[in-house]
Amino acid sequence: MSYSITEPSRAQKWMAGILVVAYAVITLLPLIWIIATGFKSPSDSIAYPPKLFFTPTLEGYVNLFTTRTRQTAEFLAANPPQTWYQEIVAKYGMVIAGPSRFGERFLNSVIIGFGSTFLSVFLGTLAAYAFSRFKVPLKDDLLFFILSTRMMPPIAVAIPIFLMFRQLGLSDTHLGMILLYTAVNLSLAVWLLKGFIDEIPREYEEAALIDGYTRFQAFRKVVLPQAATGIASTAIFCLIFAWNEYAFAVLLTSGNAQTAPPFIPTIIGVGGQDWPAVAAGATLFLLPVMVFTILLRKHLLRGITFGAVRK
Amino acid sequence: MTRQLILSAAAAALVSGAGAVHADDLTLCWAAWDPANALVELSKDFEAQSGHKMSFEFVPWTSFADRMLNELNSGGQLCDLMIGDSQWIGGAAENGQYKKLNDFFAAEGISMDDFIPATVAGYSEWPKGTPNYWALPAFGDVVGWTYRKDWFARPELQAEFKTKYGHDLAPPKTLDELKQIAEFFQNREIDGKTVYGAAIYTERGSEGITMGVTNILYNYGFEYQNPAKPYDLQGFVNSPDAAKGLQFYKSLYDCCVPPGSSDWYMSEDIDAYKSGQVALQMNFAFIWPGVNADPNVGGDKSGYFPNPAGPKGHFAQLGGQGISVVSNTNSPDAALQYIKWFAQPEVQKKWWEMGGYSALKSVVEDPGFATSQPYAQTFLDSMAIVKDFWAEPAYASLLLAMQQRVHNYVVAGNGTSQEALDGLVADWTEIFEDEGKF
Amino acid sequence: MQRTSIERVAAATPAPVARRLTGLSDRVIAWIFVAPTIFLLLAVNIFPLIWTIRLSFTNMRVNRPNEPVEFVGLRNYQRILTDPDIWQTMQATAHFLFWTLALQIVIGFALAWLINRKFRGNDLWTTIIVLPMMLSPAVVGNFWTFLYQPQIGLFNYAVGFLTGADPSSFSMIADVRLAPWAIIIVDTWMWTPFVMLICLAGLRSIPASIYEAAECDRASKWRQFWTITIPMVLPFLMLAVLFRGIENFKMFDLVVQLTGGGPGNTTELTSINLKREAFEKWRTGYSSAYAIILFVTVFGLASIYVKALNKVKSR
Repeated sequence: MSYSITEPSRAQKWMAGILVVAYAVITLLPLIWIIATGFKSPSDSIAYPPKLFFTPTLEGYVNLFTTRTRQTAEFLAANPPQTWYQEIVAKYGMVIAGPSRFGERFLNSVIIGFGSTFLSVFLGTLAAYAFSRFKVPLKDDLLFFILSTRMMPPIAVAIPIFLMFRQLGLSDTHLGMILLYTAVNLSLAVWLLKGFIDEIPREYEEAALIDGYTRFQAFRKVVLPQAATGIASTAIFCLIFAWNEYAFAVLLTSGNAQTAPPFIPTIIGVGGQDWPAVAAGATLFLLPVMVFTILLRKHLLRGITFGAVRK
Repeated sequence: MTRQLILSAAAAALVSGAGAVHADDLTLCWAAWDPANALVELSKDFEAQSGHKMSFEFVPWTSFADRMLNELNSGGQLCDLMIGDSQWIGGAAENGQYKKLNDFFAAEGISMDDFIPATVAGYSEWPKGTPNYWALPAFGDVVGWTYRKDWFARPELQAEFKTKYGHDLAPPKTLDELKQIAEFFQNREIDGKTVYGAAIYTERGSEGITMGVTNILYNYGFEYQNPAKPYDLQGFVNSPDAAKGLQFYKSLYDCCVPPGSSDWYMSEDIDAYKSGQVALQMNFAFIWPGVNADPNVGGDKSGYFPNPAGPKGHFAQLGGQGISVVSNTNSPDAALQYIKWFAQPEVQKKWWEMGGYSALKSVVEDPGFATSQPYAQTFLDSMAIVKDFWAEPAYASLLLAMQQRVHNYVVAGNGTSQEALDGLVADWTEIFEDEGKF
Repeated sequence: MQRTSIERVAAATPAPVARRLTGLSDRVIAWIFVAPTIFLLLAVNIFPLIWTIRLSFTNMRVNRPNEPVEFVGLRNYQRILTDPDIWQTMQATAHFLFWTLALQIVIGFALAWLINRKFRGNDLWTTIIVLPMMLSPAVVGNFWTFLYQPQIGLFNYAVGFLTGADPSSFSMIADVRLAPWAIIIVDTWMWTPFVMLICLAGLRSIPASIYEAAECDRASKWRQFWTITIPMVLPFLMLAVLFRGIENFKMFDLVVQLTGGGPGNTTELTSINLKREAFEKWRTGYSSAYAIILFVTVFGLASIYVKALNKVKSR
C-alpha cells in the first residue's frame, strides 16, 4: 500500500496512538478485574470497598474444579489434609467431596465448539464453492434463504427444536448441539466463504482441469489452498459463536452435553456465588478462543467484511 | 454414553466383588447450594453400603425450576431422584411425574408422623391435607433473619438506640421493630465504612421477591384464597391489610437497603452480609451454617432470629424440599432404596451435623439439638410458623405473575400497593380460569 | 455487486470443457456440494419455523401432555398485539437497539479512524481491543452484575474516582432510569470492537490514490473526510449496523444474566419476555405466535435494510 501524500504526520500518529491506548486501557479494566478476581479469596472478592491489592491465592481455581462440603468434627479430625488444595479447603473446616462438573462442561464446549466449527466450515466451503462456480438454480433465492435463517431469535425456534430433538433422541446430546450450531453458523460461513472463493481466479482451476484433474481434484488441490486464509477467518467467527453460545445451550442441554457458558455463572461457594471461581472459569474459558484468534489475527479483518477487503 | 457404560461397568465390577446382585447408576437432581454438596459427601455411605453409584445434577436456584420442570415435563430420564421445590408437588403429582410413595412407606415402616408436621404438609402431600405422599421431607428450610450481634452489642449504639426508640437494641419481635433497627443502621458509619440496614429479597427473574414479600404479607393478614371457598381471591389476596403489608415491604426497600439491591436473592444477600454492608439479612436458614463458619462475620459476630410478627399474624415463608422418585426412572428400586437409607435416624443425624436441616422429629427433638448450633433454636422456632406459596400445578404461572406485579411496585415504584395486588388478583384469576377452576 | 460478478464468472465457465474432463457433471457436483447445507438448514431452521407457525394457531402447552390441543385461530396473535406489556418490551428493545448501534458506530468508527493513522504498535493494540468480544455474553452479563454492585464492584468506584461522586450514591442496575443504560454500556463495551474491525476494513479498502487526487485538487482534510472517507466507508458501516442490529434484536444472554429484565420491566427485551412465556409459563401456542411476530418484524426490517444497503453499494 502506498501512503505517499496521505501518510499522517508524526504528531497525528502520536495523538492517535495515545487515544487508542487510552481506550484499550479502559476497555481492558473489566477484563483485568475478572482475571484478578480469579486469584482473590472469596472474602477479598466481595470486600467492601473493593480491594485493589490483595494476597493472591489459588482458592478460586481449587473451588472451580472441586465440590466442597462441611463435614462432622470427628471426620475432620480423623482425616487431616494431605495436599495443598485440601489444605486450602480445610481452612474453612471443609473437605473436598469430589470434582466439580467444570471439567466435563469445558470438554463439552471443546467437542461441540470445535466440532461444529469444523462442520460448518467444511459444509460451508462446499456450498460456497458451488454457489461461486456453478449455475445453481434459484441461486439468489437460496442465498437469501441461507442468510435469513440467521435472523431467527434462538428462543423463537427453541420450542420446536426442543420438541424435534426429543423425538429424535437428540436432546442433550453432543451430536444434537453440533448439528444445531452448525446450522446456525452455516449461513455466516457460506456468505463469508463465497466472498473469498469469488476472489480466487478461475483460471487456476481451468488450467488444472486441462491438465487432467477432475473437478474434485481441482477443488481440493487448487481451490482449497487458495481459500485457506478465508477458511481460517471463517473458522474464527464460527468458533466465537459456538464457543460462547448460551440460549440454546441453557434450554436444550442439561446433564450430559451442557457447555461451559451456562455453567460458569452458576458456580456457587458457601452460600452464595463463588466469584473467584466464576472469574477463574471465565479466564480459563477465554484462553482457547483467545489463542485461536491471536494465531489467526491476520485474517480477522478480511473475515469480518465477508472478504470484501482485498489484501 | 460410553462414560456411563464404563462407570456402570466399573460399579458392577465393584459390586460383584462385594457380592451384591444388582448395581444401578442413580442420578439425584437438586439445586446447586451448600446442602447439596453435603449430600454428595453423605451419600458416599449409601454407595458403600448398597453398591449403587450416585451421580448428581445440581442447578442453581435462579434456573432450578426452569431446568428441572423442563426435565420433568419433557419426560426426560436425567433424574432418578428429585429433590424438587415444595411448590412443584401439585403439578408433579397430577401429571404423574413423581411416584406415589404411600405403599413404599407402609412396606418399609416409614411413618410421616416421625417428621415435622409442617414439612410433611409442605413437601410431601398432594392434595394438601390428605395422606397422599409424593416425597419424603429431605431438607427443612424457612426464611429467617441474620443480624450482626457484634454491632448490636456496642454500648454506644445501644444507648443511642434506646434514647431514640425507647427500647433496647435487640433482635426484633415485631416487624415495626425490625424496621426501626434497619433505619437505625442505614447509612451509619461503622469502623470507617458506611453500612446499611437490611439485605432483603428483591430478585425479579425467578422467585426471589415473592419469597421475601410473603413473609411480610402473611403477617399483615394476606391470604392466598378464601379459607371457606377455594380459589376465591377477591378481598383476600388484595385485602386492605395485604396492601398495607406490601406497602411496608416497599418502605423497607425505600429506606433501609444497600444501594443497588434491586435484584437480590440468596446469593447477593449473603455477599452483602459477609462483606459487612448490612446489619440485618433476610435469608433462608440454609445459609446459617455458612455464616457461622465465615472468617469475617462468623461465630459470635452473628445472631439469628425468626421472622418477626406483624399486626395480623406471625408466619414465615417456607422453603425446603422433599425427595421424590421420578416416574420415568429406570431404577425405581434403587431409588427407593436410597430414600429408605436417607430416612434412617443415624443418617438424618449426620445430615444435620453436616449442615443439612433434617426434618426428622427424632433429630430436632433431641434434647441436645437446640444448643448444638447457635442457629438451631431459631430454626425450630421458625419451622413452627411456616406458610407456603401455592403448590398448584399452575404454580409457575402464579409465581411469575406475582414476581412481576410485586417487583414492579416495590422496586420500580409503579402504582400503589393496592393496584399491584388488584392486578395480581386479575392475573391469578385469569390463570385459574385457564385451569378451569371456576 | 458480488452477485453480478459471480454470475459473470458462472456464465463464462466453459461448461463443455469442464464436463468432458470431470467424472461428474458440474450440475451434479454443485448439488452434492450444496445439498448438505440446504438439508441441514431445512431440518434445523425451516422445519422448526413451519412447526412454530402451526403451533401459533393452537393453545398447546408442552407441560400439559394430557390436555387436548385446540385450534384457536388468530386469537394468540390478537392477544399479543393488544397487550400493552408486550409493546413495552418492544419499546425497551428499540431503545436498546438504537443506543447500542449509535454508540458502537460512533466509537467504533472513531477508533478505526485513529488506528488507521498507522501509529507504531497499532496491530498489537487492535488485537487487545478486540478481546472483550471473545468472551461469552452470558459470563460477561453475570460478571457485570458484580462490577455494577455499588459497594463492592469496580464500576461505581471507577466512576467515583473520575467524577468525585460517592460510589454508593447511584446504582446502575437498580435504578429504573439507569438500568437501560447499564445494559447499553455493557453491550457497547463488548461489541464496539466488532464495529471497529468492520470500519477498519472499510478504511483500508479506500485506495490511497483517491486521497492523492484530492490533495492535488487542494481539497481540505475536512472536505476529504466528508467527501471521500465517509461515503467510501458507508457500505461497511451499514453492514455493521445490519449485523449488530440483527444480533441485538435477538439479544438474550447478556441482558438476562445482567438484569433479568428488571427493575420492574425496564430492561425486559423481547427475547427475555418470549423466554418467560415459552419456557416458564409454558404457553407454547401463545409464545409461538409471539416468535412469529418477532421473526416477521426482523425479517421485514432486514429485507428493507438490505435493499437500501445494495443501493448504497451500487452507487
